[in-house]
Amino acid sequence: MFVWLHPYAKTERAYALCNTLMPYFLSAAILGLSVGLVWGMLFAPADYQQGDSFRIIYIHVPSAILSMGTYVAMAIAGLVGLVWQWKTAYMSMIAMAPVGALMCFISLFTGAAWGKPMWGTWWIWDARLTSQLILLFLYLGVMALYYAFNDRQQAGKAAAIIALIGVINIPIIHYSVEWWNTLHQGSTITKIGKPSIAPSMKWPLLVSIAGFMGLIGTLTLMQLKNVIIERELHRPWVKQLLSERETK
Amino acid sequence: MDVLVARNLTCVKQDRTLFSELDVTLRAGELVHLTGPNGAGKTSLLRILSGLSLPESGLVQVHSNSQSDVPLLYLGHKLAQNKHLSAIENLTYWTALHRVNPSLDELYEVLARYELVGLEDLPTGQLSAGQQRRVSLARTQLVDTSLWILDEPYTSLDVSGIAFIQARVDEFVAQGGCVIMTSHQALLSSHQVKELALEYRI
Amino acid sequence: MSPLYSIIHRDFTLAMRQKADIFQPLTFFALVITLFPIAVGPAPETLQKIGPGVIWVAAILSALLGMERLFRDDFNDGVLEQMQLSKLSLSWIMFAKVLTHWLVSIVPLIFISPLLALFLNLTMPMYWALLATLLLGTPILSLLGAIAVALTVGLQKGGILLSLIIIPVFIPLLIFATSAVDTAMFGLNYLPQLAIIAAMLCIAMALTPIAMSYAIRVSHQ
Repeated sequence: MFVWLHPYAKTERAYALCNTLMPYFLSAAILGLSVGLVWGMLFAPADYQQGDSFRIIYIHVPSAILSMGTYVAMAIAGLVGLVWQWKTAYMSMIAMAPVGALMCFISLFTGAAWGKPMWGTWWIWDARLTSQLILLFLYLGVMALYYAFNDRQQAGKAAAIIALIGVINIPIIHYSVEWWNTLHQGSTITKIGKPSIAPSMKWPLLVSIAGFMGLIGTLTLMQLKNVIIERELHRPWVKQLLSERETK
Repeated sequence: MDVLVARNLTCVKQDRTLFSELDVTLRAGELVHLTGPNGAGKTSLLRILSGLSLPESGLVQVHSNSQSDVPLLYLGHKLAQNKHLSAIENLTYWTALHRVNPSLDELYEVLARYELVGLEDLPTGQLSAGQQRRVSLARTQLVDTSLWILDEPYTSLDVSGIAFIQARVDEFVAQGGCVIMTSHQALLSSHQVKELALEYRI
Repeated sequence: MSPLYSIIHRDFTLAMRQKADIFQPLTFFALVITLFPIAVGPAPETLQKIGPGVIWVAAILSALLGMERLFRDDFNDGVLEQMQLSKLSLSWIMFAKVLTHWLVSIVPLIFISPLLALFLNLTMPMYWALLATLLLGTPILSLLGAIAVALTVGLQKGGILLSLIIIPVFIPLLIFATSAVDTAMFGLNYLPQLAIIAAMLCIAMALTPIAMSYAIRVSHQ
């Protein structure tokens, strides 16, 4: 696997790879989100208890699941950086951080908006909202540490360590918070045995999860391109790239 | 005999390449003066050679023939002593850390040679900058090693202090030790000084 | 003197010479706890309810406050560089330093906690549970906090950043510790919570020294 990954340790190749991958992620995002959300919002049946307000799960659930997943991906990128000393690994780690934090924020926001009609209050210290909030703080901590350093290589290493500590802690935090307080309804898709969500509701949800994956990929690649350009501003290939863009 | 061999060293700081593909070989009985303008990477090179920081790429090998636990002695800009502890305490803890345990008498004797008589038990924070530097450099007399890496050892020393330290360096080199050091002034050594110049790169 | 003993001895000597470093977090701890009855009212039942949480939050804050200095002087003086050059493993050195720091600045907090438990109207079983959780839990604070201190020591920014990156990690500990004390309030068995905290401590003792020594190397770059 690392034989073909290795060339991308060079920033120029990584930048080119970003450009190559971008259209795929972008089309997955547009297709998945438009199909998933329109299907979910307009055509899926309303919940017999919650009515139409349940439809927010087509945003809430994907962003919540993927904010967790993005954190794990970020920590893996950090680990790769620490082990193989690739600076592009640190770059992709820090490119993922704001995207993951955004997903985390979206899930918190939609969770609160969903909570208002369901629980009658904007915020409840329910287990999953709480661990999501802690996840947001973990993201903010990684970013705060990264941007506190002047030397970007040092910053990458430091942030990678904190991201790894965070990722070891995520399951502990998750289960301890769950144990601490459970008010939230049980998980709906992954429940072992018979899923408690109707297929007519499940399919649009899965499609919008795929759409969100595309969105996260697109945003990460955009962010990664920025990070690369910012750091390599004085390299010849960036200067050439910028001058080409100006002449266009 | 080679004391230290470094190959293909590249050092990058704040995304600026300080030096690349640098080869350094230090031999026994050699006095190397590392020169270069500010920001050329002298301190970075010394830190890489001592093993304190990792180069971006390249390899450093230290061939130590001494029996002690200290393959090399590195003394940096920072004095490596706590200002709330006395000279004796600082040196005691430092030697214990490196598993050499000289007797108290030996420590007093070394400090006396470094013209610190009567100041041994004062917190080093109360000593003058030059005296603090002497305490730091007194370590060179306490361990048996074949390589000294000294970063600006003459900072805040007076003329006689500089001559005294230079004499210790010459003595060590004459015994077959190797010294690599930075200094903004020329080294007035009785030995041949090998110059290693780093350029400032943009 | 053996190298590890010399490090512990040195840090003890230094702590005894700068007693303010011991008393300031201690006073801060007592002060924060005093604020709560004033803020939420002196009703004994309320205080008993919030007591364990208040003591634990105050302990976390004052531990972080005192920890800022853990490596700072040695970093600035260059002593850490010499420690790195010693043949001794840097992880052991870090562990010895954290152990000394815990003994010097956290154990006093545990000592005065009976007095503060009295302020907050804690019952005797609650007090014993609190003591047990503090004894097992505060070393985790020190060990994990030391990683964050090692990472931020070169930045000279201290406090806020340190708290920002490490407090979220303390949340599970806070949950189990306060739950143990709450369980004790009802006279129930709180050994399971203690066992979980002890397990966390074992994992932290095994893994954090490695992370600390790596973090110091990153800071020294």
